[in-house]
Amino acid sequence: MTRESAPVSPAPLVEISHLYKSYRRGSQDLVILQDISLTIASGEFLALMGPSGSGKTTLLNLIAGLDAPDKGHLIVKGIDITRLTEAQLASWRAREVGFIFQFYYLIPVLTAFENVELPLLLTPLNRRERQEHVDLALELVGLSDRRQHYPSQLSGGQQQRVAIARALITDPSIIAADEPTGDLDRQSANDVLNLLSRLNQEFNKTIILVTHDPEAASHAARIRRLIKGQLLDENDRRQT
Amino acid sequence: MFKLIWRNTVRHPLRASLTVLGMAVAVLAFCLLRTVVTAWYGGVAASSPVRLITRNAISLMAPLPMAYLPRIQVLAGVKEVAYAYWFEGTYIDPKHFFPQFAVSVSRLLDIYPEYLISPDQKAALLRDRKGCAIGRKLAARFGWRLGDSIILQGTIFPGEYNFNVQAIYTGRDPSTDETQFFFHWDYLNEKLKKIAPERADKVGWFFVQVASPGLAAPVSEKIDAMFKNSLAETLTETEKAFQLSFIAMTEAILVAIQAVSWVVIGVILVVLANTMAMSARERLREYAVLKTMGFRPRHLAGLILGESLILALVGGLLGVLLTFPAIHLFPASLEQYFGVFPLTWATLSLGLTISLGIGVLAATLPAYRAAQISIAEALKKVG
Ligand SMILES: Nc1ncnc2c1ncn2[C@@H]1O[C@H](COP(=O)(O)OP(=O)(O)OP(=O)(O)O)[C@@H](O)[C@H]1O
Ligand SMILES: [Mg+2]
Repeated sequence: MTRESAPVSPAPLVEISHLYKSYRRGSQDLVILQDISLTIASGEFLALMGPSGSGKTTLLNLIAGLDAPDKGHLIVKGIDITRLTEAQLASWRAREVGFIFQFYYLIPVLTAFENVELPLLLTPLNRRERQEHVDLALELVGLSDRRQHYPSQLSGGQQQRVAIARALITDPSIIAADEPTGDLDRQSANDVLNLLSRLNQEFNKTIILVTHDPEAASHAARIRRLIKGQLLDENDRRQT
Repeated sequence: MFKLIWRNTVRHPLRASLTVLGMAVAVLAFCLLRTVVTAWYGGVAASSPVRLITRNAISLMAPLPMAYLPRIQVLAGVKEVAYAYWFEGTYIDPKHFFPQFAVSVSRLLDIYPEYLISPDQKAALLRDRKGCAIGRKLAARFGWRLGDSIILQGTIFPGEYNFNVQAIYTGRDPSTDETQFFFHWDYLNEKLKKIAPERADKVGWFFVQVASPGLAAPVSEKIDAMFKNSLAETLTETEKAFQLSFIAMTEAILVAIQAVSWVVIGVILVVLANTMAMSARERLREYAVLKTMGFRPRHLAGLILGESLILALVGGLLGVLLTFPAIHLFPASLEQYFGVFPLTWATLSLGLTISLGIGVLAATLPAYRAAQISIAEALKKVG
């Protein structure tokens, strides 16, 4: 018997098996995702690519507990989130997932500081503890000097970095980013991507990045492609 | 969280201030209309449970013979009997309307302790055959002072009547009518004996004071039974019932005013609900983002309800506060018809309670919608 010396594969964080999702449009069912099976390891930086309409956002939303699949299982840290109730899912999201969106979606009437603080309002942390956390997160994204600025006073790239600070403030297991650079110029996009890489490498954050942009995807350690609701084989090099 | 509610509220300053203003005007209108209704019922509120009024069973305008007085007075349970005759005189111009009564002054003041007159004024009034007592507000209206002489031109009763202001009464309670004019029935009767003898020795109604509220019903029955089958049958009822029968005549108007006051509230409810729906619709995406972070439908409902309540209560409070100065704008012209304009706490708190209710109702639908939104739907690409 030979001793296995293959690299220890890290514990799976997300295990997706035979996931289906369809939407009803009129009288017919539109299949969006078909028999998706995918494992994401803890600490992994995964990019999901694919043409528009291929179901990337839909898949990401399912993984992040924003939507429910029709069939299949979605096990995150040993919990099958497809079995959670709406309320359980909400507190699960609060603990386990941080979101980053293409259009940042900061609350316009709140300052950068207050935006980042928002998710902490659902935790038992007191005011001072929250402030410490927020200060740290803003420092990490390099916006300590902008804490009192409102979103309208920040550039797109800065807004997105605030959104990143907000996504990681609760120290979630998964950071789900849906085309976070889709609305940014090259320079800002690179800042954001480098920040995500740093979060992955230094803080061992698991990141799922949905993107059109091959350059953005190149920051990820692994790329999976979706076409018409089906996940291409890992070794399938078809360009999308 | 409260910060967010507040900033959302003032997000569109113009929209918020217009809504608050609309709310204020509506609550103001509501309180004023209510006050009119309250004033109408004022006589009822001021009525005493030991005072009965005996009038002609045929109609209020038909008189009763003065000869009934001693017969009523001797009944068991009767403490005091006074009488009054409605006198509709004109002071210079028919537009100067105010209630005037020819009364048994001394007895009336015994039965109505809420008309406060100083002892020396009272003595002067009782001494002067042509003396009259006027309410404080009536005096203020025409600038009358003690010792002034007033001439009234009779309308129901012919002739010209001269009076000397001997007393100015004030009301003991806020609901006491301070706009009335009382003078000696004897003076009127003497004149009538000369110019219209067939109308003399009659009164409009008797005030009967009973010893205790429990006696009101049996004494009323006894009086009416006594004059059954006589030339002028009587109808005796408590002062309250009497006042209510007055109001019954205008019940339709009263109902209309009340209906209008509620319509005003209905309109502002629609306005606030629209403001809230508009704001909530604009923010659906923000609500969805909050949901992704784990905020629950009840949190979102709290945000919307909080905002709605701020708008409604600030507006409501403003409306209630405006009622105080506003109420002083119309008594001058209207008090002559109503006597008193009591701005009651009941009216004001009703105004505020309704604001609260409007705030809650206006938030219901938007809160429900926000709770129902699907995150995935709301966050789909813009455009
Ligand atoms: N609520 C819905 N009802 C009906 N169809 C939907 C719904 N949401 C998404 N779809 C459809 O599902 C398909 C996949 O959508 P999805 O947003 O996942 O694509 P995507 O890969 O993220 O595309 P893009 O790159 O443009 O963001 C699309 O054809 C879309 O029209
Ligand atoms: Mg998408």
